[in-house]
Amino acid sequence: MTESSGAGGSSGEPLLRVRDLRVTFGGTGRRRRGDPPPTVAVDGVTFDVSPGQVVGLVGESGCGKSVTSLAIMGLLPKRGVRVEGSAMFQGTDLLGLSDAAMRDRRGRDLGMVFQDPLSALNPVVPIGVQVTEVLRRHRSMNAADAKTEATELLRRVGIPDPARRLTEYPHQLSGGMRQRALIAIALACRPRLLIADEPTTALDVTIQAQILALLAELVADTGTALIMITHDLGVVAGLCDEVNVLYGGRVVERARRHELFAAPRHPYTHGLLGSIPRLDAPSGERLAAIKGSVADNLAWDSACAFAPRCPRSLAECTALTPPTEEALQRLLSCHNPVPVQVRS
Amino acid sequence: MLRFLVRRLIQVIPTLLLLSLLVFAWLRSLPGGPAGALLGDKATPEKIAELNHILGLDQPIWTQYLRFLGRALVGNFGNSLITGDSVLAEIGRALPATAELSVAAMVLAVGLGVPLGYLAATQRGRALDSATIVATLVGVAVPVFFLGYLLKAFFAVKLGWLPPSGRESTGLDATRVTGFAVLDGLLTREFDASADAFRHLILPAVVLGTIPLAVIVRITRASVLDVLDSDFIRTARAKGLAPSTVRGRHVLRNALLPVSTTIGLQTGLLLAGAVLTEKVFVWGGIGTLLADGISRHDYPRLQALLLLGALIYVVVNLLVDVSYAIIDPRVRLS
Amino acid sequence: MNVLMQRRRERLDRLAAAGGERDGQSLLAEAVTRLRRNPVAMTGAAIIVVFVLVAVFAPVLAPHGAEESFDALRAGLRPDSIPGPQPGFPLGSDQNGRDELSRLILASQQTLLVGVLATLFGLVAGVLIGVLAGAFGGWVDTVLMRLTDVLLSFPSLLLAISIAALAAKASQTTVIIAVAVVSVPVFARLLRGAMLAQRSSDYVVAATALGIRRRHIVLRHMLPNAIGPVIVQATLVLASSILDAAALSFLGLGDADPGRAEWGLMLANAQTYLDVRPELAFYPAVAIILVALGFTLLGEALREALDPKSRR
Repeated sequence: MTESSGAGGSSGEPLLRVRDLRVTFGGTGRRRRGDPPPTVAVDGVTFDVSPGQVVGLVGESGCGKSVTSLAIMGLLPKRGVRVEGSAMFQGTDLLGLSDAAMRDRRGRDLGMVFQDPLSALNPVVPIGVQVTEVLRRHRSMNAADAKTEATELLRRVGIPDPARRLTEYPHQLSGGMRQRALIAIALACRPRLLIADEPTTALDVTIQAQILALLAELVADTGTALIMITHDLGVVAGLCDEVNVLYGGRVVERARRHELFAAPRHPYTHGLLGSIPRLDAPSGERLAAIKGSVADNLAWDSACAFAPRCPRSLAECTALTPPTEEALQRLLSCHNPVPVQVRS
Repeated sequence: MLRFLVRRLIQVIPTLLLLSLLVFAWLRSLPGGPAGALLGDKATPEKIAELNHILGLDQPIWTQYLRFLGRALVGNFGNSLITGDSVLAEIGRALPATAELSVAAMVLAVGLGVPLGYLAATQRGRALDSATIVATLVGVAVPVFFLGYLLKAFFAVKLGWLPPSGRESTGLDATRVTGFAVLDGLLTREFDASADAFRHLILPAVVLGTIPLAVIVRITRASVLDVLDSDFIRTARAKGLAPSTVRGRHVLRNALLPVSTTIGLQTGLLLAGAVLTEKVFVWGGIGTLLADGISRHDYPRLQALLLLGALIYVVVNLLVDVSYAIIDPRVRLS
Repeated sequence: MNVLMQRRRERLDRLAAAGGERDGQSLLAEAVTRLRRNPVAMTGAAIIVVFVLVAVFAPVLAPHGAEESFDALRAGLRPDSIPGPQPGFPLGSDQNGRDELSRLILASQQTLLVGVLATLFGLVAGVLIGVLAGAFGGWVDTVLMRLTDVLLSFPSLLLAISIAALAAKASQTTVIIAVAVVSVPVFARLLRGAMLAQRSSDYVVAATALGIRRRHIVLRHMLPNAIGPVIVQATLVLASSILDAAALSFLGLGDADPGRAEWGLMLANAQTYLDVRPELAFYPAVAIILVALGFTLLGEALREALDPKSRR
């Protein structure tokens, strides 16, 4: 495996290759009368992450972005869930690994930061133990070394007085501090890939910016690739090299950050961007909102899932699966894309 | 911690005062009063008045209560009407037997209940889980004393594996140190006495422990299911920790919080079950004192025992609060 | 704050809130629909239906009277033997030469009576306290809840034993009262919680703003909507009432009339003849276990259907 080619690098083998990932809830095992029908949460997601690259997975809640990350991490429950497709990481398919082999990867090669830092930390175990246990598990450190390293880790994520914080419990830390601690845990073994699932959603606005800056700095310093999962395009704008827009469990548009913002082609992406207030917009202009909700979705196999909510919907949108076109590091899946235009 | 304990102990005093007043008032509000109940069918107004005078019941109620309270404070609860002994001395003699039985029952209930509840939770929806739930529901529906007779009839009378009643075999003159027969045998190196006491202990402990066992299994199962669904377990798994670490450090410690409350609650309730169990197995502890006192209207004894029951409950409450604060860092003892 | 009592209270309050957030009757209706697919609930319901049918038709089903003594059976009574099954007496004799089967069948009436009356008295007293506390709040609430807390902080069976023991003379009435008192604080706290949830709901606020009389709002709107969880609890209390009554009988605190056919009493009386004819204890015990199980199964299933935590 070659070393990372730097932030934004796109040359060489990708670090992670996700192909046709499909996750179905329910529908496995014996079905009983009254059971809800199986639901497809992720429906053929495909994307790459190059070493050191920051990739965004963007979409509203229910689009399958969190399930995608949990599937890659092998954290979905075994019973009642079917995972298909592949996720090649450094030459091995993560989806095909045994539980034990996957445990060896998790925490060492793959790190993950969760949404709500209060519930993601064990309330009755000191912060120190929660940091050192991952060091002792994967880096075979003894207690003393792990403690020294943990102090250093907390210092690096910007927690003041780290030695004292190690002995404290999660409820004694502020929200921002807790998220920093979670980041320290996720990066403790210098993973090649970090997945951050809405890491700032549960935090105050001022803290959000700090945490994002910290994440950007850490992945740049260590050469760790980052998958940023968010519903917030503001986060994407500041951080990601490449953005995947998910709708109904499928990638509907992919582009490099600047191109996506300059010229969104998929009506859904267009709508997402339109619902961000712009300072330079004439005052009194209404924010464009996407009508309806994910509950209106159609099935992908005979339509575009977004069609019922789409302002540019045509007759074929409710009858045919839209074709997926890929060119020049751009991917688009739409019957009637927004024409390329220069945005004012 | 010490300040917390002292403060909580002081808070206990009004509760006990209120309870003592209730018990006291109850007793005096009966038709004919204790004397009428004591004399039963032979009660004539003259006899009742005479007995009331002897018992000091002809004085104003507040004087009586204060006198009772004053004596109770120095540990004088009067003498048993059955044996004529000091009630406190009676209780002192009977307490170790009940304590030993209760400890054994709870060890059984916790030692078996927590692992079983955990196992059921991890096997959610499968055969073992369903079987466990059904078993706990049946366990709660069986009258304690009937279960006692059933086990006694089968294991003691029919199979002859275990002794049917009592705490030790007759003729075995074991030395008493703590009053806990099994422990005494170990301490004095009279191992045969210890084994004998243990054999006597098994059936009553199983009977007394059944309901707490069923309840603890159910609570543990529900609590483990709750914790397994929580975010921090996902974090722990995302770290790639060994399953045993996830179980011990992350699942169990959190799941045990509600379980510890239940253990406390059930310990507080043991005295009621002990009354029934001891009667079946002629155990000779507090429960036997209470049952005898009830059937023979021994009011001084009942008064003391009911207060003791309340006191045990209150103390167990306090212990649960302390243990809670030890397991859960979010609870501050203040 | 005392954790144990807090826990018991929290559990009751959560249950109360579950019913309170919505219209109580539709919630119950929804729960019933869900229960029809639940084998546990259906088993419990089936047991209860059979039990009630037996109790109602007991005089028709029983071949003989409960107090009727037969020479044919009495002739076989010895200190060391009681006649077993024989023609006309499928389950044999009881210790007094009466038909065991008839007594078992007729006893279902008395057991149902004790269970239902005890639960009903507890329910009425508890509902009264709960309505007052929940409807008025303020100092009424504080005083009433303090009182129920004291009762709640006493082990329930021990409380029942104390009440029954302190009565001058054991009787069926004292058993019913003792068992009923134990359930009063449970019902009271449950209903109070549900009432409080109703009090802040929009329609109550609106009705108050419209100047509708308080008594009307409380009795016609709040109470019917808050009663759901209380009914569920009553199912469980029925089971424990029957078990507690049996325990009191066993301790000699039950009915003073040894001739009366009641399962708890029959079981208690049979203890003396365990060596002679253990079946005499076995039959009523199995009956009690089945009935208690029936009510427990139905109650637990109902509670689970109502508990928001289990509806994930």
